[in-house]
Amino acid sequence: MSIDAIDRRLLAATQAGLPLTPEPYAELGRWLDLGEEEVIDRLASMQARGVIRRIALAPNHDALGLPANGVSVWDVLDSEVERLGPQVGALAFVGHCCLRPRFLPLWPYNLFAMLHGAGREEVEEKRAVIARLLGPACRGQDILYSTRILKKTGMRLKKTEP
Amino acid sequence: MIAWPLPPDTLDETDRRILDALQEGFPLTSRPFAAAGAALGLAEGEMIERIAALREMGAITRFGPFFDAAAMGGDFCLCAMAVPAGRFQEVAALLNRRCEVEHACERSHALNMWFVLAVETADDIDRLATEIESESGLAILRFPELAAFFVGFGVRA
Repeated sequence: MSIDAIDRRLLAATQAGLPLTPEPYAELGRWLDLGEEEVIDRLASMQARGVIRRIALAPNHDALGLPANGVSVWDVLDSEVERLGPQVGALAFVGHCCLRPRFLPLWPYNLFAMLHGAGREEVEEKRAVIARLLGPACRGQDILYSTRILKKTGMRLKKTEP
Repeated sequence: MIAWPLPPDTLDETDRRILDALQEGFPLTSRPFAAAGAALGLAEGEMIERIAALREMGAITRFGPFFDAAAMGGDFCLCAMAVPAGRFQEVAALLNRRCEVEHACERSHALNMWFVLAVETADDIDRLATEIESESGLAILRFPELAAFFVGFGVRA
């Protein structure tokens, strides 16, 4: 699945942000010589196809006071991770949860689960719940707190056509 | 971009309600600020002015469509580097210059620099990671997602 040249121009035009005018889609249309209806239809179609995850605002947590966020990482037996991974992912407080490769000996962890909280104490409580769930199938664990956000823009397209 | 925390009373309750509400999504209708404002009891003009002010003060990192590289025929990959303390700013600047670096943060580990590469063509991940390795002289560990175990509703980092 992919996008055509007009879709791409549309995405590129919105990267710096939607125009802050009462009719932003009409304004985008004027920039790109498209009607407002076509702009809305194309954005809706890309959203339906999953090319656009969402149209939304991302707050700058670093500027606003960062709530604690940590990637909890776990070394789970290969024979158990397919069974236990979905159980961790199904915990209501777990954000993104997935299986990733190990890099031994530096990095023995294969299961990643994103945890958020108002403070580190809350994150640690959540981490303890996961540890109990994994039990003896887990041979080691760590948590990596985010100490500074250096860049958070969402994906950006190159300025030139591919 | 390294933002310093804004003074705690910079945003009022209404600003925070706007930030919370628009994180969830923004309408695809002719007058979306009016529609989003109506849900919050705010007039269209006030919505626009407040969002403009929030953007101006650096409280917003992005406002608009968020793309999914994989759905566009491209790919994305979580990456990590162990950057010596004295080189941290320099390497952060190097990553910041790349439009394919979607998100970068410092984390408390020997692997202290974590970022996501998002590219429009699947095989570009490796080419790009290799380029950044030779520019920085540092190894990049690639952590592709091998299986996703439910993408929860928790706030994304």
